[in-house]
Amino acid sequence: MGFFQKIVAGIKKTKDALSKKLFFAFSARALDDEFYDNLEEALLVADVGYEATEALISELKDEIFSRKIKKPEEARDVLKQLMIDDLDYEIPEFEYPLVILLSGVNGVGKTTAIGKLAHMFKDMGKSVVIAAADTFRAAASDQLEVWGERAGVRVIRHNEGADPAAVVFDAISSAKAKNTDVVLVDTAGRLHNKKNLMAELQKICRVVERELPQADFRKYIVLDATTGQNAVSQAKIFSEDIETDGIVLTKLDGTAKGGVVLAISKEVELPVTYVGVGEKIDDLIPFDATDFVNALF
Amino acid sequence: MALFENLSDRMNHIFSKLRNRSKLTELEIKQAMREIRVALLEADVNYGVVKEFTAKVSEKALGEEILKSLTPGQQIVKIVYDELVALMGSTHQKLAVGDRPPTIYMMCGLQGAGKTTMCGKLALYLKKQGKKVLLVACDVYRPAAIKQLKIVADRVQTECFEMGQIKPLKIAQEAVKYALKNGYDTVILDTAGRLHIDEALMDELVGLKKEMKPTEILLVVDSMTGQDAVTVADAFNKQLDITGVIMTKLDGDTRGGAALSIKAVTGKPIKFSGTGEKPEDIEAFHPERMASRILGMGDVLTLIEKAQDAFTQEEAEKLSKKMRENSFTLEDYLEQLESMKKMGNLGDMVAMIPGLSGRLKGAPQIDEKQISHSKAIIRSMTPQERRNPEIIKASRRKRIANGSGTSIQEVNQLLKQFEMMKDMMAKMQKGGLRGLRALKGMF
Repeated sequence: MGFFQKIVAGIKKTKDALSKKLFFAFSARALDDEFYDNLEEALLVADVGYEATEALISELKDEIFSRKIKKPEEARDVLKQLMIDDLDYEIPEFEYPLVILLSGVNGVGKTTAIGKLAHMFKDMGKSVVIAAADTFRAAASDQLEVWGERAGVRVIRHNEGADPAAVVFDAISSAKAKNTDVVLVDTAGRLHNKKNLMAELQKICRVVERELPQADFRKYIVLDATTGQNAVSQAKIFSEDIETDGIVLTKLDGTAKGGVVLAISKEVELPVTYVGVGEKIDDLIPFDATDFVNALF
Repeated sequence: MALFENLSDRMNHIFSKLRNRSKLTELEIKQAMREIRVALLEADVNYGVVKEFTAKVSEKALGEEILKSLTPGQQIVKIVYDELVALMGSTHQKLAVGDRPPTIYMMCGLQGAGKTTMCGKLALYLKKQGKKVLLVACDVYRPAAIKQLKIVADRVQTECFEMGQIKPLKIAQEAVKYALKNGYDTVILDTAGRLHIDEALMDELVGLKKEMKPTEILLVVDSMTGQDAVTVADAFNKQLDITGVIMTKLDGDTRGGAALSIKAVTGKPIKFSGTGEKPEDIEAFHPERMASRILGMGDVLTLIEKAQDAFTQEEAEKLSKKMRENSFTLEDYLEQLESMKKMGNLGDMVAMIPGLSGRLKGAPQIDEKQISHSKAIIRSMTPQERRNPEIIKASRRKRIANGSGTSIQEVNQLLKQFEMMKDMMAKMQKGGLRGLRALKGMF
């Protein structure tokens, strides 16, 4: 199943999905105030956020005015294109050796995403090692080891409470010794307003940059699609503190549609790279802006 | 407390324009309502709830009596406060206790909401009330979930019952037998995270409910959840008829609108909130206090309760005597630092003081490392130095810095802080609440 089908399958599960609300808005007969009110509601309910919603609607109004659009169907295509433009980024190809670090707040699905990424690279014929740098949460390393086994990938771990940077150091040493293509770094969940934990994350990044300076180093923030406007704050602060390269959007198989990425895009211009659409090991797929937006409507 | 800070900032801002105004026009009220609407939406309060809320407040605010009253601004603040309290439920709802032992609490929620961590916190909370708590590992799906619960149980020194990856219902039934045999009066069932639209897994919970007849079914919700919070809570409530809600991760910078919406939609009370990473970071949820916090009125009651937890009566009396006599020494400061650790994050506490929450933006974070540095510095002083810090000159400072593994700058800073604290205490003796304002300079 492709990205589009998987997302559509997700949306079908619910009656309250954004698509229904959007469908309702665009089934209006004229582009009047009521139409814009319904559109605003549809976008707000999808977690697009107040500012981004107002911005999208005002851009839409401009287009409608300048192109003299009268029909709601035409307006829908314009809005789609506006949203796609917001989300479509050129993402550079991976180069190897590659280090991918996942960070994010607690419970967004970092460890699961690491497992899925490991499987993906393994499928591409790459050698992979995982650094279990979440030494804080109880049994996090054990959880990762199960994923490592499923994907057939080595997991480097230390004891609970160990220095996460040391785990990363060991994983990189191991990767260097065995000429491994990909190092995946799982980190402990941390709320972005805890300065000392963010400093710990910076230290991990410094270790990677020092020990494997030639590597293609990608830092992704993992966001839960059910998260509301706080995701904007998360994306902002993580990118400020560790210069994040992109977003992994998880749990898109629920009823939340992750509209907050539109708000994020308006504020921090961070591309979505992968989306998680299920619990199975191959349920992580590359993001496609057109498919994503099409699935919303 | 970071909790609701952004929302309360915005509300503060909106109300500062209204308060103390002797006359308000209808237009001004409408403008304020629009701003409240945006503030609530930005805080992730559900769209439908916001609509209803602003409609209700507008209707009351535009009433004749309000516009004609002497303090219309104050009146509107009161209306919003009352409506907020009504929205979140008016009083704190305690956990129910079963007719006969064991009392069973079943936790449920989406993946990553924080159920397992909350199980440990709740166990510790109940233990403090003299309950004997058994944690039961019914999450047989997520890798290492059982091990996580075991470690959590260990941390709060209680037992974890598990039978590996067999049917959750069987585990729960055996756990209750085990509890009865071993004198446990409370059983907490940790279940697997699941999507509310996953029929097979939801059926499993329905089955657990039917067979186990839990005293309470508690839905654990991540407070950062967006508009979907309502859909999720509604789905769980419809299938399980939950008895209460626990909000987690309220120590982030979330505006926590989910908390506002859930009660409105399900009618079920929020009973607890998780406010940190440590097992003791759990608070009973008081709607009226939360409403005060949101409106930037501070939350003195929770502050007092936290202090009561941390200080014994005796300690408090001793401290207040010292304050009166102005004989507060570095030794007392050291004791205080110990208690503060028990009370939790300093920044959180300061935010609960009325009038301060809105003004502390950009205040440096006081982390626990700094407190332990301060303790190390004081411990490196001689008893004489602790009682008369005036005698600590350059060479002593150097020795103290070396002894505590810190720097002279840090020693200087601590001494300065101590002086300020002493000064503040003197002011508090004289000026009561006004003295509290001096706190601002401290952080």
